[in-house]
Amino acid sequence: MLEIRNIRKTFNAGTVNEKVALRGVDLTLNDGDFVTVIGGNGAGKSTLMNAVAGVYPVDEGSITIGGVDVTGLPEHRRAKYVGRVFQDPMMGTAATMQIEENLALAARRGQGRGLRVGINKAEREAYRTLLATLGLGLEDRMTSKVGLLSGGQRQALTLLMATLKKPKLLLLDEHTAALDPKTAAKVLETTETIIQRDKLTTLMITHNMRDAIAHGNRLIMMYEGRVAIDVSGEEKKKLTVERLLAMFSEVSGSDEADDKLLLS
Amino acid sequence: MDFFTAFLNSLPGAVGQGLIWGMIAMGVFITFRILDIADLTVDGSLVTGGAVAALCITMGWNPWAALLAAVLAGMLAGFVTGFFHTVCGIPAILAGILTQLALYSVNLRIMAIGDSAKTKATLAVSVDKYDLLVSARYIRDMALNNPLVLMIVFTVVVIALLYWFFGTEMGSSLRATGANPNMARAQGINTDFCKVLGLVVSNGMVAMGGGLLAQYQGSSTIDMGRGAIAIALAAVIIGEVLLSKVFRNFALKLLSSVIGAIIYYVVITLVLRLGLESTDLKLLTALVVAIFLTIPYWKGKYFSKSVRKEVSQNA
Repeated sequence: MLEIRNIRKTFNAGTVNEKVALRGVDLTLNDGDFVTVIGGNGAGKSTLMNAVAGVYPVDEGSITIGGVDVTGLPEHRRAKYVGRVFQDPMMGTAATMQIEENLALAARRGQGRGLRVGINKAEREAYRTLLATLGLGLEDRMTSKVGLLSGGQRQALTLLMATLKKPKLLLLDEHTAALDPKTAAKVLETTETIIQRDKLTTLMITHNMRDAIAHGNRLIMMYEGRVAIDVSGEEKKKLTVERLLAMFSEVSGSDEADDKLLLS
Repeated sequence: MDFFTAFLNSLPGAVGQGLIWGMIAMGVFITFRILDIADLTVDGSLVTGGAVAALCITMGWNPWAALLAAVLAGMLAGFVTGFFHTVCGIPAILAGILTQLALYSVNLRIMAIGDSAKTKATLAVSVDKYDLLVSARYIRDMALNNPLVLMIVFTVVVIALLYWFFGTEMGSSLRATGANPNMARAQGINTDFCKVLGLVVSNGMVAMGGGLLAQYQGSSTIDMGRGAIAIALAAVIIGEVLLSKVFRNFALKLLSSVIGAIIYYVVITLVLRLGLESTDLKLLTALVVAIFLTIPYWKGKYFSKSVRKEVSQNA
């Protein structure tokens, strides 16, 4: 479903602020793979995700989603294939627009937007049913501005928007990191439900090793702009935090199993 | 008492001017409030509208066709700013300033078309010689040619059209672009296209205001657009400050910009009666805009709790 071939990305090349973020990443996701991504700060997790989403072009390599080479496509055209939820709850929704308007925008992802009415009655009913599945009471506040919602509610809504039109690839960029533990757990549970229901191919970055182990059928760890560890199948099921830390020490060649970077 | 009568007598004129500037203010509302861009093209595109309308009318065109030409010219100006901003990557404010500056030269040329002079700073369109859509001459007449009649019709039609447009898929994507460009792109919206489209529509409306203003005052002049952005912003902001609590609906929000423009001109008329010179008005306008923009900022800074609630409610 997703094929990443040797992508490289350097920020501020040729200046004192030069930062090599991706040093040749190769990654293939099969249809229905749910991959969790961990790694310390600056390991390249977010850069990888943004490169796939098309936020910025890569310096080298190619990205193919569902057989379509998207390497040269701008962000808004890749959106046809990709659903995204961001770390910042403010980022995934339009605060000054209504809940139902946000959903209507998401329902048209990947389609032309003409002079037809922006939201029709039939959609409204469908959204009401859909919002009810979140169990947050949002179905009764469909014309409220999204800016009035809490961070957790906004993330849940963004998740719904990202998956409203079934994406070929779902990108979750630490989407529970800014939430309190209880809300984070709830949003993660909803995430799991939607991914299972729609059998979505998913790439989920997380800071939380336990979450990374508990969710998905495959786990990758990034280190210094590369995929350093790739565990799947039975091995993934048997993974523990201790085992993961040991693997990291091996890869990074240092004993001080950077718990500051990895644990949370 | 004399003062009061004189003021009352000048009220229709103030309302007429206010309605024309209301059109311009609604154009600025689109860029400033919906797209979150301060578009300084306005000072130039207003004159372009006036110049094109005046030119076409003096060339014997039907005034409706002349107004349409003015709108198209304004849309082109908006497109140029949009091009500078999105394709050339120039910050929006600077892109607007560049277009505005360029338009100064262009407008002088437009007004001289068909004339022996190469550039011209004034182009008269007297209501005695030409058939005009609106003229200040009839502002106190109880007749259908009173400019207020047509201006009210115009205002209603434009508000209805904008209300419809911003409810469509395309209009919604424009609003999303202004509200959160990251989210808009993630949902597959071409934000660059939306910005250009918004600038085109906005400057088309501004030029329409310019075309009407030239007819209303009987001439198009090169400096009729000076400070237009500030006047239009004053109208938008006065309308918001006074009416945002009552007017929640989008159409009513547009209307509040028009009402803001009318209030602005009524106040201007008053202070002129009180002895201020018309050349002092730019200072006054600048102060009004500065003060009304300061109030919400200071409120947010020093009384952040109560205001944040209010902002999210009005947003």
